[in-house]
Amino acid sequence: MIEAQALTKRYGEKTAVDGLDFTVKPGTVTGFLGPNGAGKSTTMRMIVGLDAPTSGSVTVNGRRYAQHRAPLQEVGALLEAKSIHPGRSAFHHLNALALTHGIPRSRVDEVIDLAGLGSVARKRAGAFSLGMGQRLGIAAALLGDPQIVMLDEPVNGLDPEGVLWIRNLLTGLAQEGRTVFVSSHLMSEMALVADHLIIVGRGRLLADTTVRDLVREAGGDTVKVATEEPARLRDVLAGPGVDITGQVGSEELHVTGLTTREIGRKAAEHGIPLFGLSARTVSLEDAFMELTRDAVEYHGTTTADITLGSAA
Amino acid sequence: MSTLTTTVASRPAYKVTGWRVLRSEWAKLWSLRSTWITLTLGLLFLLVFGLLISWQFNAGNLDGDFATSKAVDLSLFGVPFAQLALGVLGVLVMAGEYSTGMIRSTLAAVPRRLPVLWSKAGLYGLVATLVGTAGALVAFLVGNQFVSGTSAAQSLSDAGVARSLLGAGLYLGLIGVISVGLGALLRSVAGGISVLVGVFLLAPGLTSLLPSSWQDNISPYLPSNAGESMYALTHDSSTLSPGAGLAVFLGWTVLTLAGAAYRLRRNDV
Repeated sequence: MIEAQALTKRYGEKTAVDGLDFTVKPGTVTGFLGPNGAGKSTTMRMIVGLDAPTSGSVTVNGRRYAQHRAPLQEVGALLEAKSIHPGRSAFHHLNALALTHGIPRSRVDEVIDLAGLGSVARKRAGAFSLGMGQRLGIAAALLGDPQIVMLDEPVNGLDPEGVLWIRNLLTGLAQEGRTVFVSSHLMSEMALVADHLIIVGRGRLLADTTVRDLVREAGGDTVKVATEEPARLRDVLAGPGVDITGQVGSEELHVTGLTTREIGRKAAEHGIPLFGLSARTVSLEDAFMELTRDAVEYHGTTTADITLGSAA
Repeated sequence: MSTLTTTVASRPAYKVTGWRVLRSEWAKLWSLRSTWITLTLGLLFLLVFGLLISWQFNAGNLDGDFATSKAVDLSLFGVPFAQLALGVLGVLVMAGEYSTGMIRSTLAAVPRRLPVLWSKAGLYGLVATLVGTAGALVAFLVGNQFVSGTSAAQSLSDAGVARSLLGAGLYLGLIGVISVGLGALLRSVAGGISVLVGVFLLAPGLTSLLPSSWQDNISPYLPSNAGESMYALTHDSSTLSPGAGLAVFLGWTVLTLAGAAYRLRRNDV
């Protein structure tokens, strides 16, 4: 469990994180989304105490990170890809971290195998490819068998096999009841692994929602159908889990919960002529764009209101 | 939720302790090639320069300045060179973590931060002391053979000899501690080494620019000069006694460490 309350970080004039409130719950994969510069990495650094909040607070499992007896057992974090000394081997890097907590050497070997680093564990980490470095970072994150796994852009630099590995790893960790918090600017990637989404833009919270809700709110999975007999079609299509909207006097209906195929077949069965039938699929990417655009428009409106108010 | 509780119950009880941080830093020190290279270099500087000058003394190739030199003076000739090697390594031990990004891993594992500084400074100080003492001792024992039968010949039991050799080792050890502190204070390898060179090699020369009354009051207390008093065989009115030199040098060490601790605790990584 990660809980942020009014978490704020300012660097001089610039506000990187602006009053974030969110909770990351165990047992699911929570995606942390936002464009570059939205404050994701800063937030993650504050979670593990590398940066101190300007105001507000963030706790992990009920306490500030630094107050835990065994921090690596609470949160395993992959921050920037290269949080390693390039002159040290993967084994020595992990072993040095393990020694601070009294984590046995057998666990070091375990995470090396888990990350698929067995053949290169004794090589200097500086010679690693981006993907190998990322795997080493993930091995370090898992070292303490942590309750919370927090990864900043984990699929960066990974090959397709590595991406799949991460995806399975994350869902596996969540199934074990762990808190999994993953940042990304790749919405498509998040759609595949995350259940819950925390979306930020310019340091502010834009949405705290689920993948399904986000897509639905953005009008995803809606089928647009035009017919001569909208009232009859409405009755024919009605059923559990089906949502139909349409304006009175209009020939057009918006249906969610049914595919174009199902609608077409049902209409044919009842002899209802259709003029148009098209699916409006909204990807998570579109939903996100819409959300950020709304946020921008919202700011614009506020400014306009203020201007009008002062003029009046 | 129940599965989570069982996971918690069966988990091993890890804990960060001062001793474990010490062990981790020890492992980190020796798992880098730069440690071995730079320590060897420091040791070589002590031996090569100390022995070379003793050899030259015996051959009569040195100028008048060295006429009254003793075996200890000659064998410690390499200390200023060794201090550079050992100081550079000390800066690397700490600032190297910042330049590589390792510091993020280190401080995520030890978020209380200060144990990392104490461990690095303590361990590296000890290693530098041991290398320095061993190097000084060997340089003296062998170099003394070279100058046997000349006016410089001494024995370990002669007044001030053992104190000078141990003083040199301790001086180099404290250089190690100070340079770790500089690394933490400046968070930059280049910056740390620059300050090290500036303070220990350039500053003593620059005091000659000051009015002579100031010079006499300031010069002996500079880190380099106070430190030199720790291992110099002879002292005059313009230098501190070995004990006073040690006290002043320890003061500089504490000051650097305090600054380093303050910055480490306060600043974001």
